[in-house]
Amino acid sequence: MTYSRKLLEDLYATMLRIRISEEGFVEPILNREIRCPVHLCSGEEAIAAGVCSVLEKDDYIFGNHRSHGHYLAKGGGLKEMVAEVFCRETGCSRGRGGSMHLIDPSCGMLGSAPIVGGTISMALGAAMSAWVRGTRQVAVSFFGDGATGEGTLAESLNFAALKKLPIVFVCENNLYSTHLCIDEIRVSRNIYKMALPFGEKGHRIDGNDVLKVYEHAKQAVELCRNGEGPVFLECLTYRQRGHVGPDDNVQGTHTDIRPAAEIKRWLKKDPIKRLEKYLLQQGGFSSQDLQQIRAVIDTEVSEAFDFARQSPFPAKEELSNYVFAQ
Amino acid sequence: MERDETVMLIGQGVKSPWYVGNTAQGLLARFGARRVIDTPVSENAMTGAAVGAALAGMRPIVEHPRMDFMLYAIDPIVNEAANWFYMNGGKLPVPAVIWGVINRGGEQGAQHSQALHALFAHIPGLKVVMPATPADAKGLMVAAVQDNNPVVFIDDRWLYGLEEVVPEEFYSIPLGKGVIRRQGSDVTIVAVSYMVREALKAAEELAQHGIEAEIIDPRTVKPLDFDLIHKSLQKTGRLVVADGGWKTCGVAAEIAALAAEKAFSCLRAPVLRVTLPDLPAPASRTLEAAYYPVSADIVTAVNRLVKPCHEEGMLLHRVSYAAQ
Ligand SMILES: Cc1ncc(C[n+]2csc(CCOP(=O)(O)OP(=O)(O)O)c2C)c(N)n1
Repeated sequence: MTYSRKLLEDLYATMLRIRISEEGFVEPILNREIRCPVHLCSGEEAIAAGVCSVLEKDDYIFGNHRSHGHYLAKGGGLKEMVAEVFCRETGCSRGRGGSMHLIDPSCGMLGSAPIVGGTISMALGAAMSAWVRGTRQVAVSFFGDGATGEGTLAESLNFAALKKLPIVFVCENNLYSTHLCIDEIRVSRNIYKMALPFGEKGHRIDGNDVLKVYEHAKQAVELCRNGEGPVFLECLTYRQRGHVGPDDNVQGTHTDIRPAAEIKRWLKKDPIKRLEKYLLQQGGFSSQDLQQIRAVIDTEVSEAFDFARQSPFPAKEELSNYVFAQ
Repeated sequence: MERDETVMLIGQGVKSPWYVGNTAQGLLARFGARRVIDTPVSENAMTGAAVGAALAGMRPIVEHPRMDFMLYAIDPIVNEAANWFYMNGGKLPVPAVIWGVINRGGEQGAQHSQALHALFAHIPGLKVVMPATPADAKGLMVAAVQDNNPVVFIDDRWLYGLEEVVPEEFYSIPLGKGVIRRQGSDVTIVAVSYMVREALKAAEELAQHGIEAEIIDPRTVKPLDFDLIHKSLQKTGRLVVADGGWKTCGVAAEIAALAAEKAFSCLRAPVLRVTLPDLPAPASRTLEAAYYPVSADIVTAVNRLVKPCHEEGMLLHRVSYAAQ
């Protein structure tokens, strides 16, 4: 399969934008400049980038507690995202939400929230709205392997299949749910098979291969637009950092709960390095090309951090705003 | 768990070295993987399982590291556990403890901060326990486990830093018996859970200005030891209720209503509530600082009562009423 230069460049830029901003949070988290819980998605960028690259602006996505990548990939503003993590008034949720509540209706990001599984049925609803209105919009629900324990997923799978709703369920299987390895929360590692008894199409993908994710997502979204949804995509991946915060394990304890050899093995499968290799060897990119892309993003990210730091916190007089819509 | 083999602990993070403030540390090694179970993220099923196990002869404790997550379990708690004994005509009790932790602050935002005790206290058939000290946490947990009813046991994470000598021996503190944390004659402050600490700070400051506050820690929100509050009101005639939940239809509202219903003749001033405003929790630290009530808010409330100004229209009437 060949890919347009534009597509390859976009995928690369999106993944880099996510990675560089994520890594930019590490320092300010450690020095307590950022205090809200931050779940970094370093290592998982290919899924957000691949899936969102096939979506239109008016398609919908919902995320979870680890959604910086989803937000950026769907076209959310970098400045607004960084400012929200810093809990500033200029953040996409005006400092009311923090890292776990990235919401921007203008790019179709209808929400992210830390209640595990909490947004799955809302994505179902967004898909239902497209179905009722008869538009060709699609909704994507991003959730982790941990969310497969919640009953709401089964309920949503059933209803989506029943009405053939245009929804893509994207499970980012990073093999851990906080301190528990997947084998401690499920008997079968084959998460994608959850969809099959409901009559849905389910696939497992290498979630660190952005081109594979792109291809599967493209197919899935097309099926949805043609009324042949829903589709369930399980994307295998690994977070390079801790569950919350920057630790390579679990914040606060420095007790590694994941085997060092396993972490090392997965670092070798870094999705960005992998795409770089492809771009250089088969994509017709030179290393200068890649450096140029990186330089632009470096500037963008550092501008976003400056913007966030210079932005005011919400004024306490405005505490009671936004409880009810007028 | 040593004394009673039917007691078991099931919940998220019970084997983790960092979840839930280490409350379950060492239990797995001591009691084994059948009685100490770390669970998938499945609050509804796990809480329902605790209820079912209770019906089948166990005394399970099911733990939710943030009580926000317990909302997935609202059906087994409210529809099932709370009603079961009544629905079966008193034949089969539900001796389950549902343990939830309030874990707010730190810019965690609306879904990681909710203090939902009033919601559960509203439901007939549930008891709601809220310890304010380490020694109470032990005695009340023992009582909750021994109780034959579903008990919602709610910890405030902000109390987890408290240090206090906890008696080694086995003891329980009866559900429904409050305690006076500080003696005083000028005003009664009923403070729930974490707010006991803020009330104690407030009382110190008030004492410097010659105002002696009596602090009552009800320990259990339901059943509520109103007799203790009533006795205190007979002495002080003034009531401030400090609760870390929301104002409307909250625990403070309930205590204020009981005061009006049962102790009206003692009251020399209106009852004041120090609670959260009726808003979701904001993330930003500037807004959090304005959102969470602290000792200064209690001091302000007490000052309003002991230095009455004439705008409180009803005040003079109440004073004369009390004097009769
Ligand atoms: C309803 C609910 N229960 C428990 C939690 C605590 N919690 C936060 S993230 C998480 C694990 C989620 O794992 P997964 O879905 O695999 O996502 P990952 O963090 O691996 O990206 C848990 C249990 C929560 N936020 N919400």
